[in-house]
Amino acid sequence: MTATPTEMMTIAAARLLSDDDVCFVGIGAPSAACNLARLTHAPKITLIYESGTLSTRPSVLPLSIGDGELCDTALTTVSVPEMFRYWLQGGRITIGFLGGAQIDRFANLNTTVVGPYDAPKVRLPGGGGAPEIASSCGQIFITMAMGSRAFVDALPFVTSFGHGKGKGDRAALGLKTKGPTKVITDLCVMEPDPETAELTVVSLHQGVARAQVEAGCGWPLRFAARLSETPAATETELAVLRDLHARTKRAHGAAA
Amino acid sequence: MVEFVSLGEGVEAVLSDGCSVAMEGFTHLIPHAAGHEAIRQGKKRLTLIRMTPDLVYDQMIGMGCAEKLVFSWGGNPGVGSLHRFRDAVENGWPHPLALEEHSHAAMANAYEAGAANLPFAVFRGYKGVDLPAVNPAIRSVTCPYTGEVLATVPALRPDAAIIHAQKADREGNVLLEGIVGVQKEAVLAAKRSLVTVEEIVEDFGPRNANAVILPAWTVTAIAHVPGGAYPSYAQGYSKRANDFYIAWDKIARERETFLAWMKEHVLEQGPEAFARHAGAKRAAA
Repeated sequence: MTATPTEMMTIAAARLLSDDDVCFVGIGAPSAACNLARLTHAPKITLIYESGTLSTRPSVLPLSIGDGELCDTALTTVSVPEMFRYWLQGGRITIGFLGGAQIDRFANLNTTVVGPYDAPKVRLPGGGGAPEIASSCGQIFITMAMGSRAFVDALPFVTSFGHGKGKGDRAALGLKTKGPTKVITDLCVMEPDPETAELTVVSLHQGVARAQVEAGCGWPLRFAARLSETPAATETELAVLRDLHARTKRAHGAAA
Repeated sequence: MVEFVSLGEGVEAVLSDGCSVAMEGFTHLIPHAAGHEAIRQGKKRLTLIRMTPDLVYDQMIGMGCAEKLVFSWGGNPGVGSLHRFRDAVENGWPHPLALEEHSHAAMANAYEAGAANLPFAVFRGYKGVDLPAVNPAIRSVTCPYTGEVLATVPALRPDAAIIHAQKADREGNVLLEGIVGVQKEAVLAAKRSLVTVEEIVEDFGPRNANAVILPAWTVTAIAHVPGGAYPSYAQGYSKRANDFYIAWDKIARERETFLAWMKEHVLEQGPEAFARHAGAKRAAA
């Protein structure tokens, strides 16, 4: 079995998680990655969804952030104000997962508009929990598929703050959290450069060429001097992920 | 004191043209039947307040009920865009829609401040982002103890709150279970409120001492509308109709298919249309 690029993104993200993590989970790739980790190497991982479900163990992936499955399998469910005040702002989350329509070289994200705010070409959903997830979680993992319309030179709108315009910008705003430490894509894994905070490719997924990654990015992308290869998906990782997706599709009754 | 009413009477009692309304429910317990009734009654120029506009506001915006939207995430969860919301913002159809946009943390804090009778909410947020540049309601305050600069937003004090809940008892107390979202805060922050319920019972019976209950004297009106959250759901009674959320993407994408769907499923129907979505109660509370 060979993983598709999307499966590889999910699997590479799942590998970064451990039993000790308390994750604020978003819908889509983050939810798949967190639950794949829970069903393989990190059975004790704590998953929190912003609808208020603490320590949830869904058997299928939720379509929305508030499916009944999340509440049914949670340790407890709190109100939304409590979720954002005591749990997120309270500094109890180690890893927040984010994605977006667009990202720039310092891992700032846009999920608000394409074009001017008052006369947008495309009105996107907006920030939701993201602005405060980005500032309150210990660190941020971003999962996004590459493409030159998604990895852009300049964002029309900053919905969530990554590293601003470079190293030191987070500290200047009084932020004590690390911000984005990993960007996991369908082609590679990036990390902010320790000196500049600019995103740098540290690992290419198996069979991916450097030129392919460059073509999917709207700025001249930097590569680490010691570039590694992401280990291929194992039989177990793929089997568990595909089984999870199959269960989910059956449960949602349509093209989920 | 709370009154038991029909859905039509309840919507008429709490909503008037030009008022602000929070129809809350975080994915769970969304008051869809009440939204349909507001559309049938032809309510206009409403300020719609909701963290996640969801399908209920997509429908109300597309049918021309809204003048302004106060929100923090305007998508179809796990599916994609809210096409009627986008058409209103991008093309002004059926008419322009003013936006007051926040983050979830800001709105949750603003409801809580409203319930607590405070003028504004304070929290650690909006650091380094562009929303404060386009929303003048987002400001800041310096902590008098530590000097830390914190974000502020005005308290939400809607004219009306409308929510869906599992149960009311004969005295008009309301019980919510599961993902309880911001509904308690929204009702306590609002001047008047309507609650639609799955079931009216003699007595709630044995329950958790910390159950989420809105006492009768905090609620204006209660209407018995089984299945009234569909395609959202009521924990213990029904499951979220994820297939309908997926199907909505195609229905709402074009104005014609949207209007045809609204005519057939909303304008030519009544509240009883929701009864077929009411599930059997799973177990005693």
